[in-house]
Amino acid sequence: MKARRLGAIMLKELRQLRRDRVTLAMIVMVPVMQLVLFGYAINFNLRGLDAGIADQANTSASRALVMDMLATGVVKPALAVQTPQQLMEALRRGQISVGIAIPPDFEQRRAGGRTVAQILVDGSDSSVLGAASQLAQTPVDSSAPDTRAPLRSTPASGPISVVGFYNPQRRTAVNIVPGLIGIILTMTMVMFTSIAIVRERERGNMELLIATPLTSGELMIGKVLPYAGIGLIQTTLVLLLGVWLFDVPIRGEVLGVYVAAVLLILANLALGLMISTRAQSQFQSMQLTMFLFLPSILLSGFVFPFAGMPKIAQWLAEVLPLTHFLRLIRGVMLRGAGLSEMWIEVLALIAFIVVVMGVAISRFRKRLD
Amino acid sequence: MSVAAPEERDGGAIRARGLSKRFGSLTAVDHVDLDVPAKHVYGFLGPNGSGKSTTIRMLCGLLTPSEGEIEVLGLQVPAQADELRTRIGYMTQRFSLFEDLTVRENLEFLAAIHDLPRERARARVDELIGEYDFADRQKQLAGTMSGGQKQRLALAGAVIHRPELLFLDEPTSAVDPESRRDFWEKLFELTDAGTTILVSTHLMDEAERCHRIAILDHGRLVADGTPAELEAALAGRTLLVHARDPRRAQQRITGIEGVLSVAQIGNALRVLVEKDRDAADRIREALQAVDREAGVEPVDPDLEDVFVSATAHGARERKHAA
Repeated sequence: MKARRLGAIMLKELRQLRRDRVTLAMIVMVPVMQLVLFGYAINFNLRGLDAGIADQANTSASRALVMDMLATGVVKPALAVQTPQQLMEALRRGQISVGIAIPPDFEQRRAGGRTVAQILVDGSDSSVLGAASQLAQTPVDSSAPDTRAPLRSTPASGPISVVGFYNPQRRTAVNIVPGLIGIILTMTMVMFTSIAIVRERERGNMELLIATPLTSGELMIGKVLPYAGIGLIQTTLVLLLGVWLFDVPIRGEVLGVYVAAVLLILANLALGLMISTRAQSQFQSMQLTMFLFLPSILLSGFVFPFAGMPKIAQWLAEVLPLTHFLRLIRGVMLRGAGLSEMWIEVLALIAFIVVVMGVAISRFRKRLD
Repeated sequence: MSVAAPEERDGGAIRARGLSKRFGSLTAVDHVDLDVPAKHVYGFLGPNGSGKSTTIRMLCGLLTPSEGEIEVLGLQVPAQADELRTRIGYMTQRFSLFEDLTVRENLEFLAAIHDLPRERARARVDELIGEYDFADRQKQLAGTMSGGQKQRLALAGAVIHRPELLFLDEPTSAVDPESRRDFWEKLFELTDAGTTILVSTHLMDEAERCHRIAILDHGRLVADGTPAELEAALAGRTLLVHARDPRRAQQRITGIEGVLSVAQIGNALRVLVEKDRDAADRIREALQAVDREAGVEPVDPDLEDVFVSATAHGARERKHAA
């Protein structure tokens, strides 16, 4: 090994790197973004879960109990309804993650030392269930302290019972598999499309194509639709394996699962197209894909619960299609919700597709300059 | 051996006035006026970087001119570029068909892109495969073919929709002489059928074959005419010098007033001199002093002389400016 030749290779490498602005930006941006995202996203101390309250007793003591629960900061009031049934509906829609139900005979139950309140929890995310269980520790001001064993076998043995829905056995696969569809689609779809277009530019095919009567719309849509088909095959694969190997339930309509998947696929294809209008090489589009993939994984609620993140991270997450898809797919598969019940998420995904696709097509010119 | 131009038929296929293109501070094309007659092979001759590709790209609407007007096949470019695209064929400098598709797949793809109905597309693809000699290579991947075969395939692809006008950007620069000759046969077949062809090249023997040529130098049009006309204009200005030591003779001749260029051709020197000067006599005098047997005789000018003389003026100007 000769120092002069070694030095020449190193110098050449650094000179090339200096001229690759995307890679250069990545060298700085990746550690900064990882640090900030992980720092914000990882928060095992869940607070501010959206809670619905059905206080059918509505006495001073029941109101005091609810106030005590809110005072813990674990939950924040999001909805006030009349009946536990309404709480269940809101839970299924994903509007709330916790429901506090106080029966009309609250005062008699309290005097008799029986269960005075029920906490209904969306148990599809076990960290939410864990956090909500803390509410069972809220002291109930009772004149007759309870010494008997509770009648129900609930996680909390006391005057307040906690019931977890949708994943009573707390199996991780049930929570992970629906989300995994989103993760896989986000990674592959964005990368496939961005690379497919950039590759043609690199190989010179694009110059041939733009000299033909082909329109930008035909070119872009024709390029992404085959990948949409591939995305649906991937979705089917994950669903089948999830059901066979991990016994993951599909409680809602299968059609709803596919509609959600199609929306995410289109959103990601649009994103891939937008990257392709910017990236100069296949390597750059890989880098940009990874750059966008990271926040999707960390902030969407796939790894870390959404409620545990600070406001700014939540706002950022609302821009990511995966966040909305996860809410949709968990709603449909685990809670049996219909798409119409979750129209806000559907609308958010459609808005994302329209805006990003519009930007991508307008940025793509049938010109070389 | 220059080809006689066919008698003027119809009007012009391309007309450009004051065409310019600037990339930042670089002027790639500088106020070019161009008239390409229909059904001709029109050659664009110029060194690399002279603005040939940029001009072609502007003419087919792929680049927006910084200045100037373009009319191609009666259409305003770039305003009517979309309409134009259905009537022109464009063969890029670099092989731009899909290397991971077969010969037939590539042609089928292009036929569909050009909106040929299914039946006609199949017939046309079959026809081209026969005509361009791909019968036994239909299923070969384009990427595995030789340079000459790729160029032939690219030409077949560019004419699949029978364009009225064909743009070829240095089509044969990576091709052996025999493939090149076959390729030019195809081009003349196309013009016989009524196609206008604009072809750029930096090869003199290709330029010789064109009906008309334009010479581009540093973005400027420095000569325009038939090869014969351009060569005739240089009559009496090209000399062949024989000397015992051509290298030394070259050193002596270079710099003599009126001498534009001296190039060694084997054991002789080819000298281009300015018009209406007695440069030949001065060369003789200069050589007699060192080599009594040295001879100077006039020769017929060829296109290379045309090219050198056309570009020499600009080169001298740039030298003075520097």
